[in-house]
Amino acid sequence: MRLNKLALAALTALAVGAAALPVIAQEHAAPAAGGEQHAAGGHELLAPTGGWSHEGYFGSYDTNSVQRGAKVYREVCSSCHGLKLLSFRNLGEPGGPFYEARWPNPNDNLVVKEIAAMFQIDGVDPDSGDPGKFPGKTSDRFPNPYPNDIYARVVNGGALPPDLSVMAKARHGGAGYIYSLMLGFVPPPAGLTVAPGQHYNAYFAGDTASSWSGDPRHKPPGGFLAMAPPLATDGLVTFDDGTPSTKEQMARDVATFLAWASDPKMETRKKMGVSVLAYLAILALLAFVSYRRIWRNVEH
Amino acid sequence: MSGPSTYEPKTGFTKWLDTRLPIVRLAYDSFIDFPTPKNLNYWWTFGGILAVCLVIQIVTGIVLAMHYIASTKDAFASVERIMRDIDYGWLIRNIHATGASMFFLAVYIPMFRGMYYGSYKQPREMLWILGVVIYGLMMATAFMGYVLPWGQMSFHGSAVITNLIGAIPLVGPTIKTYLMGGPAIGDATLNRFFSLHYLLPFVIAGVVILHIWALHVPGNGNPTGVSVKDAKKDTVPFHPYYTVKDGFAIVVFLIVFAAFVFYFPNALGHADNSIEANPLQTPAHIVPEWYLLPFYAILRAITFDIGPIPAKLIGVALMFGSILILFVLPWLDTSKVRSMRYRPFARQMFLGFVIASIGLGFCGANDPDTLIFKFREDKLSLNYTATTGATTSEIFDDFAAAQAKLQSLPPTAGGAIEISKSGFKWLWLSQILSAYYFLYFLVILPVLGVIEKPKPRPASIADSVRKKHGSKAKTAPAGAAAPQAAE
Repeated sequence: MRLNKLALAALTALAVGAAALPVIAQEHAAPAAGGEQHAAGGHELLAPTGGWSHEGYFGSYDTNSVQRGAKVYREVCSSCHGLKLLSFRNLGEPGGPFYEARWPNPNDNLVVKEIAAMFQIDGVDPDSGDPGKFPGKTSDRFPNPYPNDIYARVVNGGALPPDLSVMAKARHGGAGYIYSLMLGFVPPPAGLTVAPGQHYNAYFAGDTASSWSGDPRHKPPGGFLAMAPPLATDGLVTFDDGTPSTKEQMARDVATFLAWASDPKMETRKKMGVSVLAYLAILALLAFVSYRRIWRNVEH
Repeated sequence: MSGPSTYEPKTGFTKWLDTRLPIVRLAYDSFIDFPTPKNLNYWWTFGGILAVCLVIQIVTGIVLAMHYIASTKDAFASVERIMRDIDYGWLIRNIHATGASMFFLAVYIPMFRGMYYGSYKQPREMLWILGVVIYGLMMATAFMGYVLPWGQMSFHGSAVITNLIGAIPLVGPTIKTYLMGGPAIGDATLNRFFSLHYLLPFVIAGVVILHIWALHVPGNGNPTGVSVKDAKKDTVPFHPYYTVKDGFAIVVFLIVFAAFVFYFPNALGHADNSIEANPLQTPAHIVPEWYLLPFYAILRAITFDIGPIPAKLIGVALMFGSILILFVLPWLDTSKVRSMRYRPFARQMFLGFVIASIGLGFCGANDPDTLIFKFREDKLSLNYTATTGATTSEIFDDFAAAQAKLQSLPPTAGGAIEISKSGFKWLWLSQILSAYYFLYFLVILPVLGVIEKPKPRPASIADSVRKKHGSKAKTAPAGAAAPQAAE
């Protein structure tokens, strides 16, 4: 029995070790779409005061923040960035920012209907068959701001604004990365040349080496984006709940909104996890007791 | 081990069936009455765990296939649709994606166990070889499955692997074309990967049946490596003794599994795979999933040509060789003693092998040229062409000094200041560990079997159990312990 326990302990250790491997792998392997790199090397991401409510085992999205973030997205980001994997109805589904118990079907949700109607969606006139733009319905997807990628590049100086549907999943740091990027448009340090049409961001996962004239060992962190600082001034958006719309507040809210958009089932998932793990723990206990009972007369 | 069947049909129907299709008898002999050594520890519980893994993957996979669209245009969005709009789709997909990692975790542990306890040795060679076949099929299945979500890592990972296969002399380019279904990775590739990803698990299931068959002829090995002498004293029936023990282990395993599914669903993946595949943008670091990292490290460890053979080909050969060598392991290990419990030196070497394997995983995850630790602080090196025409490099501590020197040079010198690093590279570690990996199989095991003097082994399983519990011991005299042939 003692040896069995040892084996079990060793097994657990091995399992933990094996589980740690991918985490370490992830730490070291940088994401790199569009020449991006994880801002590693002592360059910590910014975090809002109080941290992110959706992190941790029992964390849930701050609904008010997601609601405000939805407004920031609609009024600021949506002019260049799509959200093509989301439908308006997602906003009113359980776990969504505008879910209300009185509207179990999100298509009845008046808030969601109102938001959908603020967007113009390509469609076909049911009477004439003419193509045209129509106010969005809850079942519609968020529209792409550009007719196609080539057009998007032409009007954005060659850069394609990425779709934001899974942005928080697609960058190391998730919401923290988005928050830092929003607030990372700092004046470039002396010695750093910023090309016309480019903007220096201290948190953008890029590289500054080729534009840096100083000691290469101390090149500034971050990189250059074609995107101008989107939340450059306080008060850009007027929040419906009266929260002062400082830059930090807007950045935090839009990051929370995009975290939700990337993983709208997170709350359901964590909640179910508690019951599944509790069930398995009890089952493990019963199985162990049965094991001891069945083997009690067998030397092994 | 499969002695005379003790199954007795009781009802009229089972009697009728037993004379026509003795399937109940087969199940009874295999999973109820099957005599199993009573000294198996928890390392032996992974057979049941792996069976559970295979069933979970097949069931969740069938459901996912109902919603997945194998097209470069729609694959990424269809996976996200499963996560968002299908009822419990997020759960099924998380289980399937995490399940792949759990499957590998559950296959690596008994592989190491088999190496430690000599489970591959006579008369279980076929059992071991079939296990390696299953492992190979798992890797193929996992690789193709990872391509299906059509993220950046999916695409560029598959490009790396198909290129590797293309590097095999003679047959490589043809196999590569058949794999890709065209000149480049695209719709044709995705469709055949989907088709094969659906097929291979059933092939695995077929080989698993052979694996169980090959297990049930000689029976289970055991931690002492001593064969069963007396079924009455040494073994217990599989049911209920091992159904309950394996059952407990399965539940513990499911707890780890569930923790990942519900709390760290993305920890085992890579953020880049949440970016839709774009053939025109290559990620800065392409890394495979964690369970393939050690082989990736071996592949990248070879940076030098040997004679006329280019480095890339050697790397590919060693990478495939590192897996193929497992097939001949039963003949590379020359020791007659199965369990390393009684092989004091082999035991140390095995520990080194485990460390090397896990270490190679870390090497695979890291850029080979980054430093594990520095020999000195980073300095600056000024590289320029001297007036003599020779390429010159000067090392500076101070940036101002380097810059002053740079400005003093004529413009034709084409000087540039770079960082000069000195330290221990990941590449070197992966070379050392790869060397140990192969040395273990090709030198250490064959030689040790001849020169090592094993410790005395217990006369029987019952004996070793009795000794462990301090009951009246009846050990065989040291020198003559357990005649080799009897093992």
